[in-house]
Amino acid sequence: MNLAYYPGCSGLGTSREYERSTRAACAALGVKLTEIPDWSCCGSTPAHALEHALSGALSARNLVGAARAGCDTVATPCPSCLSNLKTARHRMADDGFRAKVGRLLDESADKLADLPDVQSVLETLVTRVGLDAIRAKVRQPFAGLRVAPYYGCIMTRPADVMRFDDPENPTSMDDLLTALGAEVVPFPYKVECCGASYGVTRRDIVARLSGRLLGAARDAGAHAVVVACPLCQMNLDLRQTQVEWPGGKAVDMPVFYFTQLLGRALGVPDAELGLEQLCVDPGIAFRRAAQVVAARQAEEAAQAAKAAAKAAQARQAAAVNEGGRA
Amino acid sequence: MDVTNLESVRDDDFIHAVMEESGQDLTHCYQCGNCTAGCPCGFVYDIQVSQIMRNLQAGRKDKVLNSRSIWLCLSCSSCTTRCPNNIDVARVMDVLRHIARREGRVAEKGVTTFWDAFLASVRKHGRVYELGVVANYVARTGRVWTDIDLLPRIAPKGKLSPMPHGIQGRDEIARIFQRYEEERTR
Repeated sequence: MNLAYYPGCSGLGTSREYERSTRAACAALGVKLTEIPDWSCCGSTPAHALEHALSGALSARNLVGAARAGCDTVATPCPSCLSNLKTARHRMADDGFRAKVGRLLDESADKLADLPDVQSVLETLVTRVGLDAIRAKVRQPFAGLRVAPYYGCIMTRPADVMRFDDPENPTSMDDLLTALGAEVVPFPYKVECCGASYGVTRRDIVARLSGRLLGAARDAGAHAVVVACPLCQMNLDLRQTQVEWPGGKAVDMPVFYFTQLLGRALGVPDAELGLEQLCVDPGIAFRRAAQVVAARQAEEAAQAAKAAAKAAQARQAAAVNEGGRA
Repeated sequence: MDVTNLESVRDDDFIHAVMEESGQDLTHCYQCGNCTAGCPCGFVYDIQVSQIMRNLQAGRKDKVLNSRSIWLCLSCSSCTTRCPNNIDVARVMDVLRHIARREGRVAEKGVTTFWDAFLASVRKHGRVYELGVVANYVARTGRVWTDIDLLPRIAPKGKLSPMPHGIQGRDEIARIFQRYEEERTR
């Protein structure tokens, strides 16, 4: 596999820490990313909501670029980019659509028939590197850290286009986080929408939907939410002060990119993972995890002391018995 | 009660256009309501997704294209994923937005204004310039206070690029948009 890399526009701005941690974690795992030369925006939702051929052309330009660079697979960290690139490629099977996109791009429709495969960085890591290999490279496993993995709505949907993991109950990120030593809490809102880009235009939507997600993570006892999408991260982290918390009990809930935790477990320095660029202090999660570990150790010590006392008592009783017989 | 003579409002051309552009067979919907039950945005809709599907079958063009729901749909694909008859409902919603825009009907102007600001940025720079999109949106809507409360939270994080990241192929991208407009007006 010759892997091309499509960072996506937000990686140069609001999701800079996702971009940095993705590169750092991939480097630590020996995955070579070749950035698509002069890549351009996929058009995101505004393009596909306007016209499918326009969205197809904006996406296809990048896939053509990857093919030209000799790559047969494109990996991208952003689910919105992923969805657009994959959908464009999927629809190229239709002659009419391909011709239409070809006209917009000024490319021959033939060239658009055989575009590189597209996958998320999560899929690349889980399927290409593999959980066993990742587990073997973990240097600082997370002890006591309880996380709610949040995939976002479109990384696995629609299933016939995305063809990765389960569309309703994905588990790849759960498995990855478990391999890093973290504890995954039951989180029923894994693929429920956070409100996407409506934070700007209709804050009420994001306040309700993201609030529900954060509330569920809080109620499940999570120390942090772990995401794979720049927009989800922004809604859950940056907009945490705007959301409506169900039950009214707000907490500071750190929201990590999965690549940040992966990098940290692999021993990549925090500075390369952009942890300081998260709005809610990530240290809160680690401190909560440390409390769990301390409580567990105290519990174990108490158990051990109890067992030792019991053993001493048994020995004493045995000695008394011996004495009686003698 | 809202009584409608379905024969008098039925627009067959509209039904066919939606089927053709979406590649979906609307007759397959039997109103199970799964799409509505799973739609995260139903709480702000004026017409629920399953009602949109039913109105489409009845060819009630105005009812569907004038609704606010089609602009508030988040494209999350829950409806598509849960449809027992494999209708790509999210794609149908996309196509309704396409047709509504072509006909100049937009019931939620703020949403399309934001999308237009986004695409204008792509057209100009080749990649999205986030600060530019927000500034453009604020200028077009006059919503000066939008997200101003977030500024102290995000500004110190060094994530807001002060300048756009232009690409060499900017003209190429501009041409895609230009051709798209030419095709549309032809």
